[in-house]
Order: sequence, then C-alpha cells, then structure tokens
Amino acid sequence: MSTPHDYLPRDPAWRTPAFAPFYKTTVHRAPRAPLLSLRNTLSEITGPVFGHDDIGPLDNDLIRNYAQDGEPVGERIILHGRVLDENARPVPGALIEIWQANAAGRYRHRNDRYLAPLDPNFGGCGRTLADDEGRYAFRTIKPGPYPWGNDSNSWRPAHVHVSVFGRAFAQRLITQLYFEGDPLIPRCPIVRTLPDPAGVELLTARLDMNAAIPFDCLAYRFDIVLRGRRATPFENRPEGT
Amino acid sequence: MTPNAPRYLKETPSQTAGPYVHIGLAPEAAGLRAVGRPLAGDPAAPGCPGRRIAVEGVVLDGTGTPLRDALIEVWQADHMGRHRHPEDPRANEVDPRFRGFGRVCAGFEDGLWRFETVKPGPVPWPGGGLQAPHITFWIVARGINMGLHTRMYFGDEPEANAADPLLAMIEQPSRRETLISRPEPDPGGGPTVHRFEIRLQGPLETVFLDV
Repeated sequence: MSTPHDYLPRDPAWRTPAFAPFYKTTVHRAPRAPLLSLRNTLSEITGPVFGHDDIGPLDNDLIRNYAQDGEPVGERIILHGRVLDENARPVPGALIEIWQANAAGRYRHRNDRYLAPLDPNFGGCGRTLADDEGRYAFRTIKPGPYPWGNDSNSWRPAHVHVSVFGRAFAQRLITQLYFEGDPLIPRCPIVRTLPDPAGVELLTARLDMNAAIPFDCLAYRFDIVLRGRRATPFENRPEGT
Repeated sequence: MTPNAPRYLKETPSQTAGPYVHIGLAPEAAGLRAVGRPLAGDPAAPGCPGRRIAVEGVVLDGTGTPLRDALIEVWQADHMGRHRHPEDPRANEVDPRFRGFGRVCAGFEDGLWRFETVKPGPVPWPGGGLQAPHITFWIVARGINMGLHTRMYFGDEPEANAADPLLAMIEQPSRRETLISRPEPDPGGGPTVHRFEIRLQGPLETVFLDV
C-alpha cells in the first residue's frame, strides 16, 4: 500500500496566534513554547466518521428544533454554503455543528447572565452533514450582538459558532461566522486575533438574495475551507515500496 | 483565471470556541434538553475487547487555575492499534462497539474531566516502526484561539515510550514527561485510572503539536 499523503502544513502567517493580549483571556491560556511540528501519522490522518444515523430530521432547522409553542422571534435566515479543501475539492460527509445566541444576544446556557431574555422557542444548536458536493444548509434566526467582559464596553458582532469535522482529525476546525456589513466586526478583539484582514473576509457570510425564500426568509452564504492533501509530483519513497 | 491552473484556497481561519461551546457540542451540559442524539461520549462502549481504563485530569491555565469551560475531544486506536476509519487498512477488524472518538467537558465547579475507554495498542509510524500507545487530545475553550493538539502516553509503558519516535523528537527530556500519564491502579480490581494534567502555560507546560 502506498503511504497516504500528509495534509498541507498550516501557514504560520495565516494561523490565528494563541497569544493576543487585547483578547484578555488568551493571556493566561496561550502556550509560550513553540508547537512541536511533525509529519502526519495514522493518528492524524484518521478521525471520526459520522453518518446519517447521527443526525435527526430537525437537527439543521433551529427554527423548529426547540420550538415549544410557536416559532422563535427574529430575522428568519438560511445559512448555507459548501465545505471544500484547500485544493478546492468538496468534502462530502463533513459534519458541521453550529451554536449561537438568540435574536436578543442571549445564549441558552447556564452561565449566560445577560439581561436580555431567553426565547422559549429557541435553543440555538444545530448540526448537519455535507452532501456529496460538500453542500450544507441550516435554517435559523439571525443572532443579536452580545456584550462581554473584555474591555468595559466590548460587544461581539452578531456571530454563529461553527465546528467542522472533515475526514481527518488533522482537519478539525472551530471558527465563527460573521454577517456582511456589521460595523461591530472591525471593533471586536476576537476578530482582531486574525493576523490577516483577508481572513476576516473569509469569516464574513454574504447576503445571498438568490437563496432567499420570498415572503419567508433571507439567506447568507458561508463557504468553509479545510486543510487539503499534499499532492507532490515527485514523492520521497521509502525503500522497498 | 488561467484555465487548468492549480487553484488553492486558504484554510478557513480558526476562532475561539468561546465559553458557551457546550450549547453546540454538548447540549446536555449547557442545560439544554437534548436536541438530537448525543454525538459522542466515551470512545469505547462497555463490552469492547481490550483492557478497560479511565482517564481523568484538569486543564490548568498559566496561573495554575483549572479551566472550568474547556471541552476536550479524544481520538484513539483500539486495543490492537486499529482506527475506525477507511484509511486504516485494518479498519474492518474493529469491534462495532469501539468508536475511538470521545468528547468530555471540564466540570463547571472543579474543572475535572473524565472518560472511560480501552487502552489503545501501538500504531505504525510513517516510514516504519511503531508508536507507543497514545490517545490524541484536542482542547478548545474561551481564550484558546485555535484548538490545541496533544497526546497522552501511558505511564505504565516505559519501554514503548522510550522507543516512541514522537517523544524522541522532543528535545528536552523533562518536556517529554508532560505527555505521560500517572497510572493509579485500583486496589479493588477496577479499571486503572490514568491521571493527565494539561498545563497550557508555564514551567511544566504540556507539549502541543502542529500536526
């Protein structure tokens, strides 16, 4: 059997740095020693495989998956896009999990004490699998901005947390999706941890009128790129293979 | 764009999982009634072949304070060193009760996390040789901008650890020790508990990997 190819190494100039003192919690939670770099082994090029048995019929519909006696309040939106790798190939079967605050910026979490109210019909959690072309879609409510204890007047832009499993544990990714045109984006210390402004653009979902449903909901498009595999024309070959 | 030119995309940048990661990845811990079925608990269901073990510990910040909002994912081979994944040539020999993937939350009060599994077997190293038994860890939390990869090796495998190619890549022997568990055999014959502290920062900082 030929050796499977490694995943492309992460670009140090593109990677989000661990230490970003203006995001204060990183100060005591960032490792100081450099990471130990290694070639992928079987432990990293494998990872959990999820199937349709893991996903319930309402899991990607946050408008209905926590509804008690009606629908949640807020801007109804579709969030959709594709999961691709760095070689621009789709990643079928990728698991996408999302979580978010409600329209008022309140999270359904025991530790969130913000004074804005919970919505009795909104949980804020969803998951889905990418199809054979890497496409995924959620239906939800656009989250509200949210104040947090960083600086004395820090507010998160409207955002949805996005967690993705590709094919390998080496591709594991958690990120956040922001919404086009939000003036809080450039003011946010968490956004500002990104070293390259082009990265902020990649995390900004675009209004997608073509995917909106007239008289029902708007749509935003958010593509996700996971690490790709190295495909070198000449490969070092261990002896005897 | 030039037709047929190679087209590369940039990886979607990482952002912190934040303090409410449980809503999405462990809804029961957040206090939500279950939305869908849980995706992951322990890597190995009861009855799996292999030696049953428990693994527990805390994640400590640079001041020595346990993180009470961390979420940890683990990935491992089965007792014979096989992964449940299509790229492992022995994947079809893996017992169906063994998944290899687990997710645990630090306790909201004390930061303690714990899971049960079976002890993994050795797995191949690319180009030849074997790696000592290990469990892969991935740690996310508020204040961690990008998930941290590390590994736990077993304190009761000194010979295999001494021959492990990854541990040998760590220049300082004292830093290798940060990846090795402290086994505490149960006198009552229960599963051995492997203690594993993850230190994010400081003199005994855990070795983290760029995989």
